[in-house]
Amino acid sequence: MPTRIPLHRGIWISSLLVLLCLFAVTRVSAEGSETVSFEAALIDLSDPSFAVKQAAVDVIAASGDPRAAALLQALAAGQLYVRDADRALVLVSPSAGDYRLRDALDGSELGEASRREVKKIAINNRMRTQLRTAIAALTLASPDPAVRLRAAQQMLGDPNPLVIQAIRDQLEEEENRQVRDYLTLSLALADLQDPATEIRLRGIDRLSGSLYPAARNGLNRLLSAETDPEVRDAAERARTHIERMRSLNEAAETLFFGLSLGSVLVLAAIGLAITFGVMGVINMAHGELIMIGAYTTYLVQQAMPHWIDYSLFVAIPAAFIVAGLMGILIERTVIRFLYGRPLETLLATFGISLILQQLVRTTISAQNVAVQNPSWMSGSLQINPALALTYSRLYILIFALLVFFALLVILKRTALGLQVRAVAQNRAMARSMGVRSGRVDALTFGLGAGVAGVAGVALSQLTNVGPNMGQAYIIDSFMVVVFGGVGNLWGTLVAGLTLGVANKLMEPWAGAVLAKILVLVFIILFIQKRPRGLFPQRGRAADG
Amino acid sequence: MVLGRLLRDDRGGQAMLAVLLLVAVLVPILNLVVPEGNPWHVSTYTVTLLGKYLTYALLAVAVDLVWGYLGILSLGHAAFFGLGGYAMGMYLMRQIGDRGVYGHPVLPDFMVFLNWTELPWFWQGFDMFWFAVLMAILVPGVLAFVFGYLAFRSRVTGVYLSIMTQALTYALMLAFFRNEMGFGGNNGLTDFKDILGFDLTNDTTRIGLFLASALTLALGYLACRFIVTSRLGRVAVAIRDAEARTRFIGYRVDHVKLAIFTFSAMLAGIAGALYVPQVGIINPGEFSPLNSIELVIWVAIGGRATLYGAVIGAVLVNYGKTYFTGAFPEAWLFALGALFVLVTLFLPKGIAGLFSQAVTWWRVRRPRERTARVTP
Repeated sequence: MPTRIPLHRGIWISSLLVLLCLFAVTRVSAEGSETVSFEAALIDLSDPSFAVKQAAVDVIAASGDPRAAALLQALAAGQLYVRDADRALVLVSPSAGDYRLRDALDGSELGEASRREVKKIAINNRMRTQLRTAIAALTLASPDPAVRLRAAQQMLGDPNPLVIQAIRDQLEEEENRQVRDYLTLSLALADLQDPATEIRLRGIDRLSGSLYPAARNGLNRLLSAETDPEVRDAAERARTHIERMRSLNEAAETLFFGLSLGSVLVLAAIGLAITFGVMGVINMAHGELIMIGAYTTYLVQQAMPHWIDYSLFVAIPAAFIVAGLMGILIERTVIRFLYGRPLETLLATFGISLILQQLVRTTISAQNVAVQNPSWMSGSLQINPALALTYSRLYILIFALLVFFALLVILKRTALGLQVRAVAQNRAMARSMGVRSGRVDALTFGLGAGVAGVAGVALSQLTNVGPNMGQAYIIDSFMVVVFGGVGNLWGTLVAGLTLGVANKLMEPWAGAVLAKILVLVFIILFIQKRPRGLFPQRGRAADG
Repeated sequence: MVLGRLLRDDRGGQAMLAVLLLVAVLVPILNLVVPEGNPWHVSTYTVTLLGKYLTYALLAVAVDLVWGYLGILSLGHAAFFGLGGYAMGMYLMRQIGDRGVYGHPVLPDFMVFLNWTELPWFWQGFDMFWFAVLMAILVPGVLAFVFGYLAFRSRVTGVYLSIMTQALTYALMLAFFRNEMGFGGNNGLTDFKDILGFDLTNDTTRIGLFLASALTLALGYLACRFIVTSRLGRVAVAIRDAEARTRFIGYRVDHVKLAIFTFSAMLAGIAGALYVPQVGIINPGEFSPLNSIELVIWVAIGGRATLYGAVIGAVLVNYGKTYFTGAFPEAWLFALGALFVLVTLFLPKGIAGLFSQAVTWWRVRRPRERTARVTP
């Protein structure tokens, strides 16, 4: 019988219920007593005697009530008042001659009151110290790491022994690395203010090599007042060490920015490395294929406005297909009639690029469109206090490498890749071996165009998406391919990253535009020296 | 007679020069003599527009000289044009004198705006007309010489050379956009007042500039014709068609290329110098890679390796541009883009090619009727 509960099970359940009830009652009574003492302490706070108030602060601090920290902070800041009418504690902010009141405990608005209706809760210096330590202990013990971090940052370098004790206590059980770092830094900074020489030296020793700006400021402050030559000497050395570490990190950051720019160049150029490098087609509409990819991203996001976080995963294949089909269309209708006439191809594809630009202007908008960043693309990876890598750039760097290796695999390991290389090396021979060269041409061009579209998805996350965006990349892309050596994918990768890093290295002293000009001039001169780029093709393919 | 020798086999050139002469005579009369309101009156705006087309035509002739006869597709000729324009613009800026907004006796407005206190060294001498003209020719010439010397010596050819020239233009554009360069940055040079003491807004000055453009175009055309019909020109064609073979025969290919390329750049510089006083502004946009490619299409449409075809193409395309951007601004890029595609696909010899095809067809058909068919 499913509805009847057997007797022994019934007993079990009822005894369990009794137990639960008992437990609940004890919990409630425990909370009740805490609440009582917390409430009593609140009333004591408005007592005129400082001794009573101090006792009340201790009770509040020890109560474990989640509102305690905010309350004590308000008291320390002199914002805590008591309303004469009902002895209620209120937070006060001045507004047009009167006071605006808020409930001290739940923060609800209580309207305005004149100055006579409320009375400030006075504190003395001893209470200030007491409050500071109590707040430190309370906030440092918070379960939320963000609150602990803020607390640690606020009490940075506080030499008060009670605060230091609170920090030491917290340090023993702190698990968050960033909070730990701040707490240690705080202790070291406190050491600097100690009268004992060896403690100051210990502090200096701890600060040496620290990348926090506060560490350098602390040492500067110490040096401005310090008289002991030994301490001065140590501090000077520590500061030099800090400077060196900082410049090292700055170099790492420049390198990252350079690689990031380089990855953008590689992404933009890699499709061209196929169409130009492997097929020998000068595709001036390459930039517009990138633009089509970016606009595909925009349209995908328009179609799924509530799923922006996943939009890129839809946009990447979509852009590949759209741009790839466009590429095949261009190849079948125009380029196929122009093989062997590179200069004519250049002009015809340039015409196509103009048409595509105007098409986007007419059908979508002449203005830039807003492509949103998924939430996982924003923010940055904090390596250390002086070095943060933005996620968007990091992901795009990784993405560029993924695309690169995927292409490498396609060209070197698949049947299509084999046919592509065969047609590129000797069309007639490949045809006589049964390769349908027309189909291979179309697919190769489609592949290059599709990769350009995928690049457009990535670039839409970094730059403005507009009808002219393709033109910004076309010259850079050709530079990268020519610099790397036509027909060599690895050359494109190395060239793109090198040019990106070189650009960023020059930017600090030359400025962005001049750096770009210098890079262009460098490539122009380099091509005079090595007309076939960094990694020239050798053997028969080179005669092409 | 030299002229006769130059134009002996050049029917198109004869016709083009005849039309140019006709226009050069008629337009001033129709503008100055025929009163306004008469349907035959040519407005000063049209005169300036025609003058602008003529400078473009000269530029196109310069491009055709290197592309048509030497096989170098230069995507940097807009840069030489722009440099010539800037040289003339600097002269015109200096002519403003203290009539600028800030009224500084020497410094152009934008320098006062940048808080510069004295004229940079490269602005010295531009208050003299002859110096500015010299620079409008020399600066593009020297740049082309240095670039060409490096490129041709190391045998950078074909598409590579095209991309390099494009990079050069692009680098120049970026450079001229910089305010620190001292060429007016983004805004370029403008607000010109007069040239050689003549007021630029005056109708007669406009006519004068128009006539100067027409004359220069005729002279430039004849000079190119002279090169093309000379031995140098024939070596150039040999290089275009079989560079390696020409080199093995013993010709100094790089010298020939360098000479013609430099001359062409100077011609482009002159065209730029004539262009600026007529349009009244020069800014870094002139260096944009689009301009360089666009002018190649003028030549392609007119007909490559004919010289007079370049003139036809430049005038036609620019007339189309003026018309379309006025009537259907949306459609202009579609039309230009379609021109690029259609001309390369279906009209490899351009409009001039159509003419000569028609003439050949006519001539071949006629004898066929009378005599027996001669198998080719």
